[in-house]
Amino acid sequence: MSGPAAPTLGSQTVISSEIAAIAAGYQETEGEENQPRLDYPPYRSTVLRHPTHVPIEVDPEAIERSAPCFGDRDVDPLDADLTIGHPGEPIGERILVTGRVVDGDGRPVRGQLVEIWQANAAGRYVHRRDQHPAPLDPNFTGAGRCLTDQEGGYRFQTIKPGPYPWRNHHNAWRPAHIHFSVFGTCFTQRLVTQMYFPGDPLFAFDPIYQSVVDQRARDRLVATYDHDLTSHEWAIGYRWDIVLTGSRRTLPESEDAR
Amino acid sequence: MTLLATPGQTVGPFFHYGLPYEGDRDLVPPGSPGSVALRGQVFDGAGGGVQDALVEIWQTRPDGTVAHSPGSLRRDGWAFTGFGRASTGRDGQYAFSTLVPGPSEPGKAAFFAVTVFARGLLHRLFTRAYVPGDGAELAADPLLSSLPAERRQTLIAARGERGFVFDIHLQGARETVFLRFPGH
Ligand SMILES: [Fe+3]
Repeated sequence: MSGPAAPTLGSQTVISSEIAAIAAGYQETEGEENQPRLDYPPYRSTVLRHPTHVPIEVDPEAIERSAPCFGDRDVDPLDADLTIGHPGEPIGERILVTGRVVDGDGRPVRGQLVEIWQANAAGRYVHRRDQHPAPLDPNFTGAGRCLTDQEGGYRFQTIKPGPYPWRNHHNAWRPAHIHFSVFGTCFTQRLVTQMYFPGDPLFAFDPIYQSVVDQRARDRLVATYDHDLTSHEWAIGYRWDIVLTGSRRTLPESEDAR
Repeated sequence: MTLLATPGQTVGPFFHYGLPYEGDRDLVPPGSPGSVALRGQVFDGAGGGVQDALVEIWQTRPDGTVAHSPGSLRRDGWAFTGFGRASTGRDGQYAFSTLVPGPSEPGKAAFFAVTVFARGLLHRLFTRAYVPGDGAELAADPLLSSLPAERRQTLIAARGERGFVFDIHLQGARETVFLRFPGH
């Protein structure tokens, strides 16, 4: 084949050694980092896209202590089932994904919006920039929404997404994941993240997952298999709880002062 | 009880069929009475436009009150919900049609609360786009007055055609001031 030369991509060996060096450095700090590092060179696109200044600590104002309100008019209950709405059944392993959205004090986040999007069973997104030569599924789009219930619960029926290649480095593959977008009761709790599946062999090789340098924090991105949720002759069940930063309320003065 | 937060992860390059929706960027119909544009570009550290970023705003009404109206996902054209979402175009441009927010607290300057997501950005960034004013309320604002002049300027929108221009620099000489809230 002729054509423009592909840009030279680093090898997995190089990326893995960079991941290992950062992990070793983190071990020495004995710290507890709960969030991904924005400056994480093994994920090459972070190089020009991470801020270099330390963020400015500020007390949220009234608008930031509140959150957008969503209701029944915003979300159709059928939006939580990604396996319907097409002429036929999607190809793949049918799964149920459920869990609770809570704040840092364990209080349910009620009536809030949860949005998901994902690849199909073959690891292909319905997106024009996805060039992975895996088949699109005419019966699967891969986007869903729901509102949390009174206990903060959410629930989706979908199919298990496949892993897919990307161009971070040579032979780079993302572990299977579902993208999640979640709102809290304060705008400051806004979260976009990814849910992974237990035991994925690609975890060690993936710089996006590894950008959360603390293993305990990484574990919080991984759903658990739930046999009670798994339903007879129908679907495999995964449970994944989401904890948003901080608390919905402002502490009273007396508690603040302690 | 304090639970540890679920880590964030990048929004990735493929959010366009999951997050954008019809009318996402039009908090009010463009050109309707009182409508203004809030627009700008998201830039990376090399000055390039970020074509796969998502910008969200959350704001008060012009009188400073907070809307508690549902309907951001299916706008009826009348209720002001205060929330909007805009994905960037090829050159990193985004634009909202909205109302001018009022100060949400006495003694504070008015701003749009802004959240930024992008491929290559592993966790969302918070910032504020302050409404350009006569200077007095901006000078008196506790956050703005705590910053050195050149950094403070990154938080204040410029006046533009039919509204405001607020560029977001993820990195570089004009890097935007990003915010961290207690508990984060
Ligand atoms: Fe993905």
